[in-house]
Amino acid sequence: MHHVLLTGRLTEISQPLKRAGDEQSVMSEVQHQDAETELIASVLAGNIHLFHELVRPYERTVYAMAVGLLRNEQEAEDVAQETFLKALRNLHTWRAEAKFSTWLITIALNEARARLRRAQAAPFEPIESTPDDPHRVAPELLRDWREVPSEVLERLEVWQLVQDAVTELPLIYREVFLLRDVEELSVNEAAEALSITTASVKVRLHRARIMLQKRLAPQLKRLGPKRKRFPW
Amino acid sequence: MVIDCKHVWDHISEFLDDDLSPEMRTIVQQHLEHCEVCSAILDSTHNILILTADERVFKLPLGYRRRLHERLAAEIATLNGNDSDNC
Repeated sequence: MHHVLLTGRLTEISQPLKRAGDEQSVMSEVQHQDAETELIASVLAGNIHLFHELVRPYERTVYAMAVGLLRNEQEAEDVAQETFLKALRNLHTWRAEAKFSTWLITIALNEARARLRRAQAAPFEPIESTPDDPHRVAPELLRDWREVPSEVLERLEVWQLVQDAVTELPLIYREVFLLRDVEELSVNEAAEALSITTASVKVRLHRARIMLQKRLAPQLKRLGPKRKRFPW
Repeated sequence: MVIDCKHVWDHISEFLDDDLSPEMRTIVQQHLEHCEVCSAILDSTHNILILTADERVFKLPLGYRRRLHERLAAEIATLNGNDSDNC
């Protein structure tokens, strides 16, 4: 997950979202994957204790996936532990064609889905894929938007608002959103993990993003500094 | 070609992902330059996506890492024990 300060007007920049696959990060990503593949080979060769090092970079992302889906910290921690244990026991089935991180996230997704099914925690939310609603999701209409000031980002309530907005998305949108915008899987990887088409991933992701904009934009605007009124 | 606001909204996600054809990207870009509503929608959506990817959204519970690695260590000890049993 990246951590970025919000500065500048974005339409003037009109840069696409930064992804793990962006040009400047490709080299370090390749180096990281090579080192990771060597580490996996070493674990499989008998140095099992190295599994601790192998999974350290993914402690947070696996937990985020689980808590985003389950909305419960204790259950999410259980799922995260089960994910890593399952990965340890089944490491020999991992294939180098898939990124290790994507493999782990997919295990976490399936563990969380299984738990949701067992608990019937959200019977109103279909676990199975459903035909995508053809209706358009409209965004919050704003006249202007200013970046969220850094002093506002120091307030815990901001992060709680964002967390609530994500975890209260309908499940089919939440899954795609977490995979793409939190875990940074590619469209193809997300489609494969969810067993849906890439077109469905794009449609659901778009709706999830617009739903978040509709809910969060007015809330975040209210948290910002009030505009000064001039007498003229 | 000129498109209205509602059609621009349909393309916001693809615009952010740089997943539009060059022609459509230019059309959307031209609309954004003259429409303060769509421009604000794009900016706010982009800002919100940066926020949702921040590590502060899903904070790790206290002791999470310790408990995880203790459980892994126990499992590794079991696996190592099984390996030595097989020798």
